[in-house]
Amino acid sequence: MANFSLAPTSKRRGEKVVRGILFSAAALSVVVTIGILASLLIPAVAFLREVPIVEFLTGTRWAPRFEPASFGVLPLVVGTLWTTVIALSVAVPIGLGIAIFLSEYASRRNRKFIKPVIELLAGIPTVVYGFFALEFFTQTILKSWLSLEVGSFSVLSAGFVMGIMIVPTIASISEDALNAVPQGLRQGSFALGANKMQTTIKVVIPAALSGIAAAIVLGVSRAVGETMIVSLAAGNRPNISLNPLEGAQTMTGFIANAALGDSRVGSVEYNTLFAVGALLFLLTLLINLISIRLVRKFRQAY
Amino acid sequence: MTTLINKTNHEHTPLALIFLSLLWFSLFTAATFLIILFGSLLLDGFSRLNGDLFTQYNNTVPVQAGARAAILGTLFVVSVAALMTVPIGIMAAIYLEEFADKRNRFNRFIELNIQNLSAVPAIVFGMLTLGVLQILGFSNKNIVFGGSLALALLVMPVIILTTREALRAVPQEIRAGSLALGATEIQTTFRQTLPAAIPSIATGTILAISRAIGEAAPLLLLGALVFITYDPNGLLAGFTTLPIQIFGWSSAPQEEFKTLAAAASVLLLAILLMMNGLAIYIRNKFERKW
Amino acid sequence: MRKLHITLLAATALLLAACGGTNNAGTEIRIDGSSTVAPLTAAAGELFRESNPDINVSVGTSGTGGGFAKFCAGETDINNASRKIKPEEAAICEENGIDFVEIAVANDALTVVVNKENTWATCLTVEELKTIWSPESEGTITSWSQVRSSFPDEPLELYGAGTDSGTFDYFTAAINGEEGASRTDYNPTEDDNVTVQGVSGSKGALGYFGFSYFEENMDKINAVQIDSGNGCVGPSSEAAQNGTYTPLARPLFIYVSKQAVVDNANVKAFVDFYVDNDDAITARALFVPLSEEQKAAARAAADEL
Repeated sequence: MANFSLAPTSKRRGEKVVRGILFSAAALSVVVTIGILASLLIPAVAFLREVPIVEFLTGTRWAPRFEPASFGVLPLVVGTLWTTVIALSVAVPIGLGIAIFLSEYASRRNRKFIKPVIELLAGIPTVVYGFFALEFFTQTILKSWLSLEVGSFSVLSAGFVMGIMIVPTIASISEDALNAVPQGLRQGSFALGANKMQTTIKVVIPAALSGIAAAIVLGVSRAVGETMIVSLAAGNRPNISLNPLEGAQTMTGFIANAALGDSRVGSVEYNTLFAVGALLFLLTLLINLISIRLVRKFRQAY
Repeated sequence: MTTLINKTNHEHTPLALIFLSLLWFSLFTAATFLIILFGSLLLDGFSRLNGDLFTQYNNTVPVQAGARAAILGTLFVVSVAALMTVPIGIMAAIYLEEFADKRNRFNRFIELNIQNLSAVPAIVFGMLTLGVLQILGFSNKNIVFGGSLALALLVMPVIILTTREALRAVPQEIRAGSLALGATEIQTTFRQTLPAAIPSIATGTILAISRAIGEAAPLLLLGALVFITYDPNGLLAGFTTLPIQIFGWSSAPQEEFKTLAAAASVLLLAILLMMNGLAIYIRNKFERKW
Repeated sequence: MRKLHITLLAATALLLAACGGTNNAGTEIRIDGSSTVAPLTAAAGELFRESNPDINVSVGTSGTGGGFAKFCAGETDINNASRKIKPEEAAICEENGIDFVEIAVANDALTVVVNKENTWATCLTVEELKTIWSPESEGTITSWSQVRSSFPDEPLELYGAGTDSGTFDYFTAAINGEEGASRTDYNPTEDDNVTVQGVSGSKGALGYFGFSYFEENMDKINAVQIDSGNGCVGPSSEAAQNGTYTPLARPLFIYVSKQAVVDNANVKAFVDFYVDNDDAITARALFVPLSEEQKAAARAAADEL
């Protein structure tokens, strides 16, 4: 807006007030972030006064409310990472496949069918995904159809369904990235005799790589922050095992579970909850910043 | 789509066909999952998809249980949240898009901040609300105001981002013409740019509110997982919402509660589908092609 | 622009109206605490509602410990408890000026359950339970064959109450000898429903919770008989009442805040209803009813309010 100097030099009186109101609305977002940081860090710092940070970050026994208590957060981090890895191994092939199909191969008629599928998947609330994982996926798919030795709660169940939940994220951002690659590159490749597959794999995808990377990183962020699916389907036992058929507790699962119990301000439980919350926030902050960087890179490239 | 496709068999080498079939397979998997999910929910929940779901409160006896408090809770909490966040979100977007000097560092920081907030895990907003309620002196956190606050904060960044997109889509010519005719910047914004962007803003807002309807994690922290047998009747009343009710019923091992959870899920999905449909309808009917 | 103004005005009006108008002190009874007792109190609330439709009862399940924390801060009117209040908790209540009355509402046979396919563990001694659950067993006792050599080598998967739960406190005191002493590598939860789900899902699973949860889910899980030296005794209404189901028979309580009764006359009405109709309520929720003596004691306690 500032480019135009056609604005009259004398502003009407109320204008400054209106601008002020609008600015405060925008500045509110900063207040929210400060609020998040404060509400998380103050109890987290109180927590760290009781528990040394090295023990917190590297300890392997998470039993914050038992006697004797242990505050090693690694089992929760491993739980989060493991469900994320499983989710991505489902979401990336499917999401990327859909994105490539939509961008390179789909006809207009195909698009009409595919887009709604993606939008529907994106609109399903995570609690419904969680219920589906706990009930149908674990009982019917894993136990009946695949006859796996899995209990009521498993990392596999939660991770797999979480992957399906993330597919729309990865598909839509990757598709944007692929679409942004100029036609000229494709045409040049065809002119040199390549077929569509070769063009896609050797020319288009590498050109869109930073956008695809942004999509994956955003998918990671969603998986790390997801609460309902893991609460319902992954169980409550902090566990460092890498067996996907076992249950485990993630950082978000712990926060949800702890919140169902006692969350008195100032108590050790409260501080522990917020310490894990602070760790979660910092982790997703890092991941988001990386993603924003990558998106900026791919938007600027063309 | 390029028209330079080589029409010889070069397109159909075995490798290329395998590639294409892999792509189809990924599509097929996603679609199948969607069908299985909807199908299993419908089949499981069919027997409880009746009036009782709406009129009965939760009950220890599953046959008598319904989602009345949860449905009303969702309506109430989300409406208040929308009232809180939609005006502020739109105003913030207007400022950032129309009035802020985009080269200014602080404004760029606000932008980055909002982008980041839109990707913060939902449960963190619950923790933030816990802190705010504590400061405001509410010892009991299970109040409608708390739930609305959490959802409002969660959804605000999304509203800001989509409103900005909508404003950006309005061509500069509209603004230029208005200014040329002697209007001030504010008059231009509120009488030309904003009205032109309203269909897109409406679409984006409806979708953001759909997100709020489906959220459960932040409300869990506020103690919304509670057995309630009354209609919420004020900002300080205890509440529960439909997603939370589904969460509660999902955890119950009795088959009848699982059926209820499935039925409530179908209801929730139906509500969201309607809202999405409304958003798409608005977009198609009112959107102006520049 | 005008639309914006109108919306804002409407919003403010709504907020103010709603804010000012709600004084739920009269019609809302807030209850929290044990997830063992919650179904019973919820059933009481449902029956109470039939004659008092305007009174709103809300029942949370933060666990006995979590519930007491809220109760002693004055946030709730009644606390469901599956164990007696601890001295530390009573001290906090006193500090905050919360005077309370303890009322027994049911008996409970804390049930140890195993998966339906578990054909070997039909009766366990208290010693064996201690082997399974003691702190020293963490990480070491991982298979059923370590509990009794004649048991198969099936991995032991444990589900149980979390540390905010009165059931946890009671079980650890009774089995491990010290309240709160337990191994930590199991699936803890304040929601006993989750334990039922967990145990019904794996062959080698074992869990514990209140009797009513077993009665509600007999088709999914088997109860284990307990041998405390006098032969195997299974959980049942009679065994809980006549004292043969040791050491896992316990009374269940509600704690009522005298302050809440003063603020809200409906609280006393609810408590009176609860005490006078105990038989009907325990029957509805599948709990073990009180003996005649216990009922008389409860009536006397309620009269103190």
